[in-house]
Amino acid sequence: MLSRWLPLEKPLVEIEEQIEELKRLAVRENMDLSDKIARLEDRKRAAMQDIFQDLTPWEKVQMARHPKRPYALDYIGALCSEWVELRGDRAYGDDRAIVAGLGRFNGRAVAIIGNQKGRDTKERQERNFGQASPEGLRKAQRVMELAARYKRPVISFVDTPGAACTPEAEERGISEAIARNQLVMSQLPVPIVIVITGEGCSGGAIALAVGDRVMMLEHSYYSVIAPEACASILYRDPTKAEDSAEALKITAQDALRMNVIEEIVPEPLGGAHRNLGRMCLTLGEALDRALSELSALPPHELVERRYRRFRCLGAIEDYPPDVAAPQDTPGE
Amino acid sequence: MRLDEIPDDLMTKCDGCGALLVTKSWLRDFKVCSRCGHHTRLPAHERIELLCDDGSFEEWEAHLAPRDPLGFPGYEGKRTAAQLKTHLKDSCVVGRARIEGRPVALGASDFAFMGGSMGSVFGEKITRLLERALHERIPAITVTSTGGARMQEGLMSLMQMAKTSAAVARLQAARVPFISVLSDPSTAGVQASFASLGDLIIAEPGALIGFTGARVIEQTMKIKLPKDFQSAEFQMAHGQLDMIVPRAKLRETLAQTLGLLLD
Repeated sequence: MLSRWLPLEKPLVEIEEQIEELKRLAVRENMDLSDKIARLEDRKRAAMQDIFQDLTPWEKVQMARHPKRPYALDYIGALCSEWVELRGDRAYGDDRAIVAGLGRFNGRAVAIIGNQKGRDTKERQERNFGQASPEGLRKAQRVMELAARYKRPVISFVDTPGAACTPEAEERGISEAIARNQLVMSQLPVPIVIVITGEGCSGGAIALAVGDRVMMLEHSYYSVIAPEACASILYRDPTKAEDSAEALKITAQDALRMNVIEEIVPEPLGGAHRNLGRMCLTLGEALDRALSELSALPPHELVERRYRRFRCLGAIEDYPPDVAAPQDTPGE
Repeated sequence: MRLDEIPDDLMTKCDGCGALLVTKSWLRDFKVCSRCGHHTRLPAHERIELLCDDGSFEEWEAHLAPRDPLGFPGYEGKRTAAQLKTHLKDSCVVGRARIEGRPVALGASDFAFMGGSMGSVFGEKITRLLERALHERIPAITVTSTGGARMQEGLMSLMQMAKTSAAVARLQAARVPFISVLSDPSTAGVQASFASLGDLIIAEPGALIGFTGARVIEQTMKIKLPKDFQSAEFQMAHGQLDMIVPRAKLRETLAQTLGLLLD
């Protein structure tokens, strides 16, 4: 049972179990234990504040990978009054790691794409842990182009440890599929809102993350490389992932500081999985606000702004050619 | 050193087959082994010199230098060492050149500089190259030799993938040709962005081309991959390339295909 919870949640789970036990006891023995229960609830709240207000980057990675973390279909189910999933890339197959379809959100018809992870072992394998194959990315591309033809905005839920890492993905052009998605998204004449809900890792993430507004849930992460892979390269030791998670600056707070995202969507205390309803309320408001603002822009301006949004990202020393950079100053 | 200053008896060992080759003829063959055809990696400036008309290259944006946006452990030292070794500020060189008389915007990455990795400067230079090609309506050509996105710049590197891909989209929309030449190796974040978006994609023989490294796939999937996995020839067989062109024929192939698109 405990394995479904993270080590950092352990104190909470213990208190929660005590509360359950007392509640059962109260019913069984017909006793009034409400004082005791209230005290434990207070302790639980205090413990939650304590644990979740200051998670380390590595703890955020754990939260983003939480086995109970809500996935795209959970959000779609809660946020949309209608949902029709569309399948297949019309070329080779249907990749279950990606969901794509048409939905109605707050009365607005939208197209939705996203990574989908599985809940149990069988589904996890079927969905390849949310790692997209070329077929999945091409399905997403097809649905986005459909959305553009019918002037539907696109919502993209990103939650992936990376693109599929299989020989078949290489054979069928995973590089090209990732690249093509970015190209298509950069020119799509309808609003695109990105939500990084869990893991936003490397090429698999950016393949679904070129948009007008990029938001991250409070305890998600966004990174050019998985912390474990980075540790393997940097320290030749994958167990040093904690250090590389720190070094890579992968939290939503870091991403906001670097202007890589526009918004952090706060999670309910204890994380999105502890209160999906509350999470969807907050997320729904953020999405609605973003879509309303973006829908007011004419398509060409939308595309132009999106280009400039990514165009200005980067950390460079840019001295005009006729002014020598300080390190080139002779004689010092 | 000029070719005629090299002693006739100087020998070079081929990295591919280990054969001893006369250095002078090896250099005359553009560092391609006459025995096994192995293409040795070229520094960016040698690559550019090989492709363009003599003296026609005019470098752009040479002043752009990297920063350390994350304060990443060891990055500054690695970067400085690479700068001293290669005499480049970063891993990519871009500029205007002529190929058989035709003006082109030409860029090349240098594997000797931190594995030819794409950080902010690389991404910015490629984007400016593509934008300038669009503005001047001259074809763009990139020659990659890279291990992918530069880990040390974190998300800033990831964003260069979107930035360069978006710049290619604009060239395509304006019908300005973009040719991507893949040399050894062309992998990961660069291969999953602009390098896979050429109107034409040309590879050098034997170049390693792919997204995820073979070793990682083998470890994750617990399988053994064939020896030629992710070679140019493998990618050709799987429909990912237009052609494989030996180094000596590269310039005339570029000139010919551009002519067929534009004249």
